[in-house]
Amino acid sequence: MENLWNGLVRAVELIITFDPEVMQIAGRSLMISVSSTVIASVICIPVACIIHFNEFRGKRFIVVGIIQTLYSVPTVAVGLFVFVFISRVGPFGGLGILFTPTAIVVGQVLLITPILLGLTISALSGMDKAIPDTARSLGASGFQMALLVLKEARFAVMAAVILGFGRAISEVGISLMVGGNIRGFTRVLTTAISLETSKGDIELSMALGIILIFLALVANIIMNRIWQR
Amino acid sequence: MPLIETRKLSQRRDEQDILKNINLRVERGEVFALIGPTGAGKTTLLRLIDTLDTPTAGKTFFNGKDVNSSDKVRQETRRRMAFVLQKPVVFNTSVYDNVACGLRWRGMKSRQIHEVVGGILETVGLTSYKNRNARTLSGGEVQRVAIARAIAVRPEVLLLDEPTANLDPVSASKIEDLIAEIIKRETITIIMATHDMSQGQRLADRIGVLIDGEMVQSGDPREIFNTPGDRRIAEFIGMENIIDGVVKSSEGEMAAIDVSGKTVEAVTDFDVGTEVSVCMRPEDVTVALSKYSSSARNSLAGKITWTVSTGPLCRVEIDCGFPLVALVTRRSAEEMGLKKGTQVYATFKAVSIHVIRRH
Repeated sequence: MENLWNGLVRAVELIITFDPEVMQIAGRSLMISVSSTVIASVICIPVACIIHFNEFRGKRFIVVGIIQTLYSVPTVAVGLFVFVFISRVGPFGGLGILFTPTAIVVGQVLLITPILLGLTISALSGMDKAIPDTARSLGASGFQMALLVLKEARFAVMAAVILGFGRAISEVGISLMVGGNIRGFTRVLTTAISLETSKGDIELSMALGIILIFLALVANIIMNRIWQR
Repeated sequence: MPLIETRKLSQRRDEQDILKNINLRVERGEVFALIGPTGAGKTTLLRLIDTLDTPTAGKTFFNGKDVNSSDKVRQETRRRMAFVLQKPVVFNTSVYDNVACGLRWRGMKSRQIHEVVGGILETVGLTSYKNRNARTLSGGEVQRVAIARAIAVRPEVLLLDEPTANLDPVSASKIEDLIAEIIKRETITIIMATHDMSQGQRLADRIGVLIDGEMVQSGDPREIFNTPGDRRIAEFIGMENIIDGVVKSSEGEMAAIDVSGKTVEAVTDFDVGTEVSVCMRPEDVTVALSKYSSSARNSLAGKITWTVSTGPLCRVEIDCGFPLVALVTRRSAEEMGLKKGTQVYATFKAVSIHVIRRH
């Protein structure tokens, strides 16, 4: 209980004094996870529309068999997968992105893609079938109809995006494996918490943990505001 | 050339025939009502006409052009029509944006949209609601938004699927008035599905009866109402007295039909021995306590088996050797003391009987 209280006091102290290192770590965490979420959203939302609005063989297998199975893929498995591909001897080793924020972004995009894709498809499927019918009957093209349905499903799609962001900012496996937890370069909140805990600095870990939760909360509020506009 | 024509249009779903060989011709400017019981295939036919679905067999022509020849033609055709679904949905935005969406999809400029939407909202009486979120409206108002949204795009053909089915009587009456107003003001072709026979009669120039996926009869409302083609149609349009019999003699157009041992005279040209159904409306049957002389060819003695009052009318069931239903005013029923067991004479004219062949 004392640790928790001290952690809370220290967190408040670190936030109100704008501790440079904490701010830098928090800023980097936010930057990386927001980038991952934006990139994954840009990829997943149109792909989800293509999957949802088209009938093809194996659709159910793709949605249920592959996408939904990958919802709970372990972060270390994604980290290992990305590591193998971008390590010096891997097929993309030449890019030289191992142990950079870019590598973490790539890993996080892969991590949250199934969630964003699956939940966006679910959001579109949950819409009243009369909405696309009405749009088409009023002369909407396939693209205009998809945009309308997406707009109607915006809150459910937003929930998918927020969930994806939550998974990205809270993961530690990928950041550690392909980011390397390099101080001032790839150290993010989760890897910093992991490191400080192993060093025995529970109070700092808790402070960083509270900031992590606070950041997730603020991000959710901001996203909600944006979507409501 | 008809504006819309279907040739042998069929739709099959889940191993079931939803529509069978529908041949339909609707002329420009015509108001055509598709009537039939629930599940007859009315919505399916409207969806096929609007190219929302593809038929299993047969063709649909719009102004002589096969609408299913390509995706491009399908969309072009759809843009010349507007369809108000049975359970209309409004988009989660303002009433104005709902009505404007079809115009935006056609690339119309904002200023023009503003003018068109303003006029349409006034027509449907929703001007004061234009900034309200359409999802907060009542059922009748939602239906009005849906109609406004459809007519805003100035369609050549307006498809209405049960426009008053889910509404209370007051809202339904307002929507029917609105449709009548649109028919009067716009040069528009309307195809309307309804299970309400009287609504079809009030609004349509022509009626098509759809039963079990088949277009069993089409013609002007009076024709459908007075001379139904078969027993199913007669039942659907409310012919309460449908009694089976056999033509036992014929003289010119006048025939004597044996109905459960009693003779009923009717105007028909069916041959002797033909198995027929005798149809007549309850309002065409007169009830009297004694036999009286009149021009009516049929007067049968019988006993009342049941009476029930509904508003100003009283429905009387008489056993004349076969059951016969008559409608009399409540006041007459009271004055004559009509009740269960009363001996009466049921009188009806030969011309008020419609005879159909039994299959």
